[in-house]
Amino acid sequence: MYSFKERAIKILFTAMAFASLFFLLGIIFVLFRESLPIISEINIFKFLFGKHWYPTYDPAEFGILPLILASLWVTAGAMVVGVPLGLGTALYINELASPKQKHILKPLAEILAGIPSIVYGFFGMLVVAPMVQKIFNLPTGLSAFTASVVLGIMAIPTIASISEDALSFVPKSFKEASYALGANRWQTLIKVTIPAAASGISTSIILGMSRVVGETMTVLMVSGGAAVIPTSFFNPVRPMTSTIAAEMGEAAVGSTHYHALFAIGLALFLITLVFNAAAEAISRKYRIKLGMDR
Amino acid sequence: MKNKITQFAGFAMITACMIMTLLFLASIIYMIFSKGLPAISWEFITAVPRNGMTAGGVAPAIIGTFYLTAGAILFALPLGLACAIYLNEYSPKGVIVNIIRMSINNLAGVPSVVFGLFGLSVFVKFFGFGVSILSGSLTLGILILPAIISASQESLMAVPHSLREASLALGATQWQTIRKAVLPAAIPGIMTGVILSIGRAAGETAPILFTAATFYKRGFPNSLLSEVMALPYHIYALMTEGTKPDLQTPIAYGCALLLLVIVLLVSAAAIFLRNKYREA
Amino acid sequence: MKKLMLAAFAVLFCAGNVLAEKVVIEGSTTVLPIAQKAAEQYMDANSKADITVRGGGSGVGINSLIAKTCDIANASRAIEAAEVKTANSKGVNPKAFIIAKDAIAVIVNNANAVSALSKQQVADIFTGKITNWSQVGGKDGKIVVVSRDSASGTFESFNALALHKQKAVADALMQASNQAVVTTVAKTPGAIGYAGIGYLSSSIKALTIEGITPTAETVLNGKYAYSRPLFMYTNGDPKGEAKKFIDFVLSKDGQKIVQEEGFVALK
Repeated sequence: MYSFKERAIKILFTAMAFASLFFLLGIIFVLFRESLPIISEINIFKFLFGKHWYPTYDPAEFGILPLILASLWVTAGAMVVGVPLGLGTALYINELASPKQKHILKPLAEILAGIPSIVYGFFGMLVVAPMVQKIFNLPTGLSAFTASVVLGIMAIPTIASISEDALSFVPKSFKEASYALGANRWQTLIKVTIPAAASGISTSIILGMSRVVGETMTVLMVSGGAAVIPTSFFNPVRPMTSTIAAEMGEAAVGSTHYHALFAIGLALFLITLVFNAAAEAISRKYRIKLGMDR
Repeated sequence: MKNKITQFAGFAMITACMIMTLLFLASIIYMIFSKGLPAISWEFITAVPRNGMTAGGVAPAIIGTFYLTAGAILFALPLGLACAIYLNEYSPKGVIVNIIRMSINNLAGVPSVVFGLFGLSVFVKFFGFGVSILSGSLTLGILILPAIISASQESLMAVPHSLREASLALGATQWQTIRKAVLPAAIPGIMTGVILSIGRAAGETAPILFTAATFYKRGFPNSLLSEVMALPYHIYALMTEGTKPDLQTPIAYGCALLLLVIVLLVSAAAIFLRNKYREA
Repeated sequence: MKKLMLAAFAVLFCAGNVLAEKVVIEGSTTVLPIAQKAAEQYMDANSKADITVRGGGSGVGINSLIAKTCDIANASRAIEAAEVKTANSKGVNPKAFIIAKDAIAVIVNNANAVSALSKQQVADIFTGKITNWSQVGGKDGKIVVVSRDSASGTFESFNALALHKQKAVADALMQASNQAVVTTVAKTPGAIGYAGIGYLSSSIKALTIEGITPTAETVLNGKYAYSRPLFMYTNGDPKGEAKKFIDFVLSKDGQKIVQEEGFVALK
């Protein structure tokens, strides 16, 4: 009797454990199924490399190159802001902070990570954008630059916390050996600790990029929304995520526009999948290297 | 001497980065609080929007966010806990575990707007739940599932092996061991994960854009199938579809403050709980 | 513990389950503010009514009406023949109510010497064929085109009325609200933009189009070019709360809302 109950429970748990796999496959299936009609209607190269996104005009044009480029620009810009700040924060916490400071700073970074993206977007729209407009004397502050700054701030906690983990995993003996050879703290940090933690740090940067590229509400509110191939960081752009969010509400179900938006979702999903796989691969290699495979 | 100078400059740079980060955090929190506080009143929290959403309160949005978040947790907690228990207590090592672990990691990395597309296609259209609390809760539930699994798994892992062995040695079955010995010890850690997920679910906007949120509605939702207003969506709607920015921006600030307070309280609670648990 | 939570959840839902006739209004973002404010005032007077208002766009509203997922579809354009055909095949019989007139003014900075344009000139400016103010009789200077975000009803209106669905110039500054367009134009000397007639103020200058100044009068008598009716569609003759709601929108109080939201009331 008991063994029957035990087995039933085990089977139930096993089934439920597959939920994430099931949902992940479900997402992939839905994205493919809903985007397939677009491939039969428009040439896939025209879709991916078309320079014009005019979904509501007659005749409509569905070229997502401007959207992809906008996403890449904004992500690159965000990394310029986020990587030094995130890394600097991690190094400070790891190297300079007293235990007491660590106790306060680490939770603070977590709070920064927990602030909803709509709040960042709102902050960007009402505080950062007007500031950018004034400083650079632009017609509008809603631009790739503003989006990059706000997204860069959002990426700080991801980069800082994962990098800090990686730095703290570097064995003490490495540092001590370096000190014994007469290197000072800075030289040890640059020449020994950071290289030893390099794979963890690159994982953090890739995951930060993955978060930024998929970020929706913030770019929707601060990037300005012009679907043109970006030519300057100070022009409005329209990244992939914000296109989906802004237009899905007005696309009639089953229309070409509707399917095109799903196809953008698919492209976005594949991009983040590549990022995540890369991060996973690097961090696995790193764990093995430090003998921490589990 | 030169070495000392470079060290000083390097450390100064790192410290500057840290200060910048703190400055950003402080300025976001300061701006939202200073501009949001004047909007907050008893009426703001308990009344319905008035005068074309330029006055009154945001009670329907608060209620909506509550329902969506509660629904998401109710859906994700049992699933996530079961998955964590399987991975930690039952799992035969090997391919299956790796596949599940990989799918959790990848699910965690899916952009939130893609969850919205999934919810739209599956819950809203295919199952015919329409734009509703049910569709929104399920979508948010899938979104927070990876976080709940990892938090649960971490806390299960922290339970000492001796505890399991003692229970099994006393003749308890595996399920009895899990239920009576392992789970109670892991509950504070699991709670931490759940609390953090509440913050995440309450603040997410993109997944509910096409699955649950509506521009305007008054009063309590009458069923799981009715659409709701939600705090994060309300901020977005006021800023983009609102026609009177001078009157509506302060309301949006108020909503942002409410969201921020929820998140801060939730993080504080989780951190407090975790520290207490770690010390014990 | 879990059961307890479930039970609590169920009770919460039942508590909110007051019997009310539900009306779902969906569609054009142009009509959205009117519908929202009207719903508010209507529910104040009729506590039993339960009205939900959603945006989406005219096409989405009409689609929902056909799919019977909404009771009133807001639209800033007349229903198309193809849509009527689909509707009829599904047993839906759309009935139109004109609830207001929408008029869009073309606005420039107060310092701008130009104060009149022809329809052709407006179209050429917004599609990028004319790029300097000197080409339309003003001082030499680059024209900065300010537009609404393509998701907005005003964008849709202007695109249909003034540009005849030609593509607007791609590097236009997209603004999120009528108010934002007005603010940008007021601050940028070379700017040209468009906004609902209700947003006109002394901070900017409204151009005459083909010699006609945009006012409520020229809109109602049909002389002003950039104007169109706004609709609410129902399935057949509306009944119950939906009928009472539309009656309210068409009443004196309802038309006052139309004016307050920047549109032209039907006299």
